[in-house]
Amino acid sequence: ETLGLGRAALPEEIAAWDVSVLPDGQGLKPGSGDVLTGEEVFADKCASCHGEFAEGLDSWPVLAGGEGSLTDPRPVKTIGSYWPHLSTVWDYVHRSMPFGSAQTVSVDETYAITAFLLYSNGLVDEDFVLTNENFTEIVLPNNDGFYPDDRPETEYVLFKGEPCMTGCAEGVPKITKRAVDLNVTPEDPDGRPAGSLPDLRAAVATEGGAEVVAVAAEGEAVVEEPAAEPEAVAEEAVVEEAVVEEAGADPELIAAGEKVFKKCAACHKVGDGAKNATGPVLNGMIDRAAGTVDGFKYSKPLAEMAAGGLVWDAASLHAFLENPKAFMKGTKMTFAGLKKPEERDAIIAYLATFAE
Amino acid sequence: GPDPLITEVQDWASSFGDAVDAAPYGMPIRFESHVTRRNVEWLTESPVSSINFTPIHALEGTITPQGCAFERHHSGAIELSKQDYRLMINGLVDRPLVFTYEDLTRFPRHVTTAFCECAANGGMEWGGAQLEGCQYTQGMIHNMEYTGVMLRDLLAEAGVQTEGKWVYVEGADASSNGRSIPMEKALDDVMVAFFANGEALRKEHGYPVRLVVPGWEGNMWVKWLRRIGVYDRAVESREETSKYTDLMPDGRARKWTWVMDAKSVITSPSPQVPIRHGKGPLVISGLAWSGNGAINRVDVSLDGGRNWQTARISGDAKKKALTRFHLDIDWDGSELFLQSRAVDETGYVQPTKQALREIRGLNNVYHNNGIQTWWVKADGEVENVEIA
Repeated sequence: ETLGLGRAALPEEIAAWDVSVLPDGQGLKPGSGDVLTGEEVFADKCASCHGEFAEGLDSWPVLAGGEGSLTDPRPVKTIGSYWPHLSTVWDYVHRSMPFGSAQTVSVDETYAITAFLLYSNGLVDEDFVLTNENFTEIVLPNNDGFYPDDRPETEYVLFKGEPCMTGCAEGVPKITKRAVDLNVTPEDPDGRPAGSLPDLRAAVATEGGAEVVAVAAEGEAVVEEPAAEPEAVAEEAVVEEAVVEEAGADPELIAAGEKVFKKCAACHKVGDGAKNATGPVLNGMIDRAAGTVDGFKYSKPLAEMAAGGLVWDAASLHAFLENPKAFMKGTKMTFAGLKKPEERDAIIAYLATFAE
Repeated sequence: GPDPLITEVQDWASSFGDAVDAAPYGMPIRFESHVTRRNVEWLTESPVSSINFTPIHALEGTITPQGCAFERHHSGAIELSKQDYRLMINGLVDRPLVFTYEDLTRFPRHVTTAFCECAANGGMEWGGAQLEGCQYTQGMIHNMEYTGVMLRDLLAEAGVQTEGKWVYVEGADASSNGRSIPMEKALDDVMVAFFANGEALRKEHGYPVRLVVPGWEGNMWVKWLRRIGVYDRAVESREETSKYTDLMPDGRARKWTWVMDAKSVITSPSPQVPIRHGKGPLVISGLAWSGNGAINRVDVSLDGGRNWQTARISGDAKKKALTRFHLDIDWDGSELFLQSRAVDETGYVQPTKQALREIRGLNNVYHNNGIQTWWVKADGEVENVEIA
């Protein structure tokens, strides 16, 4: 009674896509890794976001510590303090990490990283070796910390029944909290919450609308763009033109570079309003002296090469981006590199479109 | 004096407008350019693993246009063509199968309307009023009419074995964002969808194929769906252990809190939609929804929950879909403390934030369906507040 649609999934296809590892060890692949190897792999592939000791940089997830903090006002949810199953660590590292380069961690490296994370959380000694054989013997501290949804019993019973319609509370309402006191809502240029609807009466003026009406009354072009917009558009056009002339860059290359840049965007920001993140902001970096972004704490090797006169021109960027660790031993930039020269050309062309 | 917009011949009343094909696939007129998704940059570390918010304050009715429906990606919105699309079903099935996009279009087709709400919608408000505007406080939600095939029909094609109690669904993007769904739900109303609001899914909503899990938290609505694994137990992936679990005051955590409980919010007036027309007739408009079924009733209070009146449900109250309510009042120009309270078909009454905090504490993060208070001031400006 089936429709006979689809075709049989081949064993190689299932092996390629079904990489799930379950709490009882289902799906674990044969292999092993030790803490010290894990520390190296972690430093190489994970530490740029999670920190050398899994402590979490900026707002990236902290992976270690937090024991006993789950009842605190600011609980720290880590592998050691919160995660119930070691299988989840292995599964997630293997299938989804590193961020931006998923599915590049080998089976043994995954065992090693997982072993290192156990060590970082004080759960194993530094000579520990994690294998598919001993994997399910490891029980994480918060293994019993979860229970299935009990809202039907603990909440729904309280929240059902005919609700009060009149005289449900005493006195006049007293304000206890105001969002404006925190002042963290994105704002429009006029200071209102971003996205506020335009005033259909007076405020049309602030949008240039009054002008539109006035112009319309004189019988001229009715739908003038608000003054700010065309200028901004024109400015952009000028910038692009200048770049094209100067560097002879072609728009296709720049567009290709924008795609390649997604590999970098987790750590580096560019464009209007971009700020330093895990990596320094990259506006105006082409042909500039290395290590000169205000407010960014550079690694020692970079600072040393910068002092030696390193300038980020096409040649040095090609060398750095091809193999960051070979070009700059000890760099904090834990990125495997762009092996294809055309990708490096594209990204350099793309970055050249961002002025200081 | 007489309005020149009426007494003088306007250009648009005399000359031509755009020709057909000026926009072969149109965008909203530029006067609506403020109606966009918006994000709150400080919330996340990277825009490819982030969320933005539906401008629910600027929309009416119940259907959310795809182009402004909130996005949540864990590794960015990927570009996957129908030609390159494959869906695998494997695990505890008699016939592990691979489907192409075309194969999916040959299964019996269904249409359903459902809201998709991020479990973290309102999560920033657990500690108290924080963001100004329902776009930010309740905007991790959208509501679309989906066309697709039922997951149960695909599972029947593969033949689920008796030990198969769970399906694990994952996406083709770098995060894969896998979630486990109990078989009972998988065989009930879960849809493998390829159209939304009559058009193909947009890239940011999982083109060409996403999962629709009516009434359940948005994280389970896997986009770019590539594999359905049948297992004897939950996989307990990162997205269903480390995240999307609810830490309770005793330090233990609820897991598998899939259902989105009944909730409502007044979308207008609200902080982004002040009252500018002064006193007199005022339309109070809002949205209500429940993951447990249809909305039966919505009550509105003008005085911070002291007294309530029942609003009008406008249009259909579909199960597990956004429902529009309206209350038409004669505003006397004095300050209001606006609240709305949804009641669903199970009899569940939307609780206050305080009632939720008394049970769950402040570290729950997800599933904040508490009653929202808008303070409407005499000048018509509106603030997000909490009151006692």
